Amino acid sequence: MADLSTELLGLRMKNPTVLAAGFLGISGELLVRVVEEGAGAVTMKPAGPYEREGNANPCVIEWNHGLANCVGLPSPGYRNMEDEWSEIKKAGIPYIAGIYGGSVDEFVEVAKFVAGKKPPLIEVNISCPNTNEHGQIFGTEPESAAEVIGAVKRVCGKVPVMAKLTPNTHKFIEVAKACEEAGADALSAINTLGPGMFIDIEARKPVLSFKTGGLSGAAVRPIAVRCVYQLYENVKVPIVGMGGVENGKDAIEMVMAGATCVGIGSAIHKCGLGVFKKVCTEMESWMDANNVKNLEEIRGSAHE
Amino acid sequence: MSDMPRSVEITKVRKENHHTKTFFLDTAIDSHPGQFVMAWIPQLDEKPYSISYSGKELGITVQERGEFSKKLLDMREGDLIGVRGPYGNYFDTEGVKGACVVAGGCGAAAVANLVEALAKVEKPTVILGARDSKNLLFEERLRKSAGELYITTDDGSKGAKGFATQALEKLLNEEQFDMVYTCGPEIMMKGVMDLCNKKKVYSQISMERYMKCGFGVCGQCALGRYLVCRDGPVFTGEQLKDVPDFGKWARLKSGKKVPLKEYAEKKC
Repeated sequence: MADLSTELLGLRMKNPTVLAAGFLGISGELLVRVVEEGAGAVTMKPAGPYEREGNANPCVIEWNHGLANCVGLPSPGYRNMEDEWSEIKKAGIPYIAGIYGGSVDEFVEVAKFVAGKKPPLIEVNISCPNTNEHGQIFGTEPESAAEVIGAVKRVCGKVPVMAKLTPNTHKFIEVAKACEEAGADALSAINTLGPGMFIDIEARKPVLSFKTGGLSGAAVRPIAVRCVYQLYENVKVPIVGMGGVENGKDAIEMVMAGATCVGIGSAIHKCGLGVFKKVCTEMESWMDANNVKNLEEIRGSAHE
Repeated sequence: MSDMPRSVEITKVRKENHHTKTFFLDTAIDSHPGQFVMAWIPQLDEKPYSISYSGKELGITVQERGEFSKKLLDMREGDLIGVRGPYGNYFDTEGVKGACVVAGGCGAAAVANLVEALAKVEKPTVILGARDSKNLLFEERLRKSAGELYITTDDGSKGAKGFATQALEKLLNEEQFDMVYTCGPEIMMKGVMDLCNKKKVYSQISMERYMKCGFGVCGQCALGRYLVCRDGPVFTGEQLKDVPDFGKWARLKSGKKVPLKEYAEKKC
């Protein structure tokens, strides 16, 4: 039987599926359950510098082709997450921590604290499109992205750092290279696309409270695959590829584009938490049918 | 169908008590007792509401609580509100004959459909509790489908003085029930669960937590290892006895876990 085991910067996973940031990660107990349900690793909701509610409802909708969200980085604040840390550590699950900030100083403040928890990896959100002060404003230009990643890297000691990239820039590769040069140990791509807008024509008003929201799910998968493919050609660090993966073939495609791990999030809407097990079973079937023994054999195989 | 709110017209508004109204909407949503919809007022907010009437016209019953419910209570016939759903699981009634339904305050909205469904097989015993007589909800409606209807008020202004749980405790000592269903203040529901677990009677409890997506992806409504919006809102006493948050902790919009009292005061 095909071997799905994967390693990302020393984080050993029984399979390459990762719960993507922003999904369910609010609660340590839920993250433990997602691993029990089959995920290779899970990502905590990114911790912010202070308590933040995020945007009002509606902030997540589904439009038949994927999700649109403007959740907007809610966080209890990094000082108020002790329960979550203790649940995760008690269970000993493979996990990725996450951080965001509204300035380089805030990123550094949160990173220092989170690195002190010695997580296997910290994902740095420089790509959320759903607030005016955080995320994407840092990730569309190589200079600002490198400034954040470099500063975070300097306070994280031995804890590896992963930059989460936005596809919403014509400088996608420049940003990725700048993050790598600034010390990023891995890259994850893609954060949500757009943003997009939905107008209720009876109410004559935008549906999402922030008016716009980032698009994820099936509709964005081809863009995610292209981004991962481009990253694999241009950087040396490992890539966590995500965007619209719903089944085993989608995940295999992401690995062939060059991903070490495959993020899953929006597919939970359609498939529930069983999606991780489903994706893995389908990957194994395809690999067995094609005489592929492990993921190394096909990683990046779409390239010359 | 997409999980996007659809604007529908309010066809009828009915006053239920001094601060509660039922809104009937020009949409049929096929649902089971215990399920909920998300109701949207453009440019304000969106909140979960139990389906209090199913059938040709969806009904939701709204009690005044915070800014959103106040705005909703001001709306009139012909106004538009957005709805999406139905969401969540529902009360399991299969094979249940002798049932007791315990409703507290506006929790009656979540179990009224259930009482009517149960009555088709055997009329359930119903306990309806409230702070005082003017906060009782659906008294006449429940009376039609109940075998026995027991009323309790905290101040004794109607029915027995005391809590719904005291009425339940007395009944559990006298009668056998296949199942006890409950919806109401969390402290009351915790009391119902504890009584039922002690007597080894099955129970089903309809939970509330602040929600964002309503369909199981954002995690906001986490209750222990469960999601209220997708694993619930209906849980069994067997499930909840192992959830330390039940009756104690809930999450604010930020995700911060706070004591239930603080959560209730925030009216989020």
